[in-house]
Amino acid sequence: MERVLGDKRAILILLGPALVVYSLIMLVPIVWSLGYTVLDGNPIVGFTFNGFGNFIKFFQDPAAWSVIWFTVRFAIVMTVLQVGAGFGLSPLYVFWLKRSSSAIRTIIFFPIVLPTVAVALLFQRLFEAAPTTGPVNSFLGLFGIESIDWFGTPDASFWILLLMGLWQSMGFYGVLLYAGLLDIPEEMLESARLDGAGGWKLIRTIVLPLSLPVLLSSLIFSINGTLKVFDSVVALTNGGPGNATTPLTVYMFQTSFTYGQYGYGSTIALMLTILCLIFTIFIFRSTRRDVTKG
Amino acid sequence: MTTQTISVPSAATRRQGRSTVPRNRRTTPRQFFSRLPIRVFLAILLVIVVYPMLWMFLGSFKTQNEFLNEPFWTLPQSWSLDNYVSVFDSGFGTYILNSIIVVFPSLAVILIVGVAAGFALEVMVWKGRGTVLLLFLAGIMVPTQMSILPLFTIYFRTGLTGSYWPMILTYIATGLPLTVFMMATFFRSVPREIFEASTLDGARILRSFWAVGLPLVKNAIFTVGLVQFFFLWNDLLIALTFTNSDALRTIQVGLLNFTGQYGAVQYGPTFAAIAVNVLGTLFIYLFLNQQVMKGLTAGSVKG
Repeated sequence: MERVLGDKRAILILLGPALVVYSLIMLVPIVWSLGYTVLDGNPIVGFTFNGFGNFIKFFQDPAAWSVIWFTVRFAIVMTVLQVGAGFGLSPLYVFWLKRSSSAIRTIIFFPIVLPTVAVALLFQRLFEAAPTTGPVNSFLGLFGIESIDWFGTPDASFWILLLMGLWQSMGFYGVLLYAGLLDIPEEMLESARLDGAGGWKLIRTIVLPLSLPVLLSSLIFSINGTLKVFDSVVALTNGGPGNATTPLTVYMFQTSFTYGQYGYGSTIALMLTILCLIFTIFIFRSTRRDVTKG
Repeated sequence: MTTQTISVPSAATRRQGRSTVPRNRRTTPRQFFSRLPIRVFLAILLVIVVYPMLWMFLGSFKTQNEFLNEPFWTLPQSWSLDNYVSVFDSGFGTYILNSIIVVFPSLAVILIVGVAAGFALEVMVWKGRGTVLLLFLAGIMVPTQMSILPLFTIYFRTGLTGSYWPMILTYIATGLPLTVFMMATFFRSVPREIFEASTLDGARILRSFWAVGLPLVKNAIFTVGLVQFFFLWNDLLIALTFTNSDALRTIQVGLLNFTGQYGAVQYGPTFAAIAVNVLGTLFIYLFLNQQVMKGLTAGSVKG
């Protein structure tokens, strides 16, 4: 038995191809990229040694700081909004709609599978102010609010990115957290109801603590996704106005491919990786403390 | 177009159907009104989700003049396909073809190689498999930005730049970690006794993988395939990095550059291009929505 399940040749045949491809095209380049951080240049003009120059440049680069500030701000607000919206939808699915919720769940989930580029182009038209007035500005006009130039000011652009992200992802997080709620045993809810717990009290005392594991993985998944936001920014605002909505990913892309600075680009990519790591660890730590407290 | 008209009434009738259920128990007027805010809220939510897509499909039939001179809520004056024709005249067919050429071979390799690796990591017994699994997990955590610059150098040096290969190879490598991880999880849910029994029956391990393991996780492979399809089809970063000419553009890169082709925005064609882009995913979701939902949520919890 052990001999057959531990057959070295079979392991090599089954695992070999995946491991080789993955190592050559993912792991080696990741390590290679670390090497780039101490170099200057690009593969076409060649590289020169730069020591810690790129890191010093990064911390002295005012653009880099505003880019980090946007990345972190966007990731935190977006995570709170989308996980919050999902957390709001999930009890709606479980307690109010019950069995008939399937159709609604399916419809609200749908936007997450749409190509972000397509959604972004659609949102540009939805929020258009001129030359034609899009649906959103027309709707605001009903209340006497003047058309907002959504892509003209940093604040409005920030919000339109959030709104688009929320539109795309709330159904996804709703289903994710709904699946977590389904794992709560019916008897537990029933006995809590008999004890007189209902509505908010039920959610606070039973639902929230018991769905904490799913909530935790949602938060980690969300923060890692939003820190790496790329498609929606490129397609919706292209980082503008100015660089007001430029995240690290887009800054890295521009630095590397528009200006051909591979060394600096790799440094920015490394900073992004570190940022993801810090946030993931932070969420892990903070929720673990809560669990032991509760 | 069709989904919108089908799915909206179905949701509405379902909700109306429900309202009779509590009435059979004891529905006081007070209870009815206490449920009203939630009904209104859900109705608004559904409109917010569905209307933009409906508006896009209607818009894809409108003329430039209608966009500029009519309010947004008007229906198109005619159902002519002119906008769609102009989309395909501008080379959108090539973009779709490019996407198919890079996505499906990548998908096939990801699934074949990834399922085998998942089996080796979960069912088979050997030292160091925990480490290898962790190695794959690292691939899910580390952003793709960390590997694209060296990859660009590699493809440039090996002369692959300017072909489909950079995209295909990169897609395979980025798709593998999640596939391996999800497949390992699915193999974990298969009782070990099944493989042990087939081993006792004298089957070689490769044979029990092929004849016993694969059929058992058939549905799981399909689900993972769906998830990976959406990731690859909707990808922008890798496609944007490795397409250096118009002839190589995938459907997403093509759409991104679409509005830029004319000076002023050509509304009709833009809407038609978005519609064409969305149609594929919409069609898949129409028939396979339950698998898609299951796959995407499973992929995130594990990831």
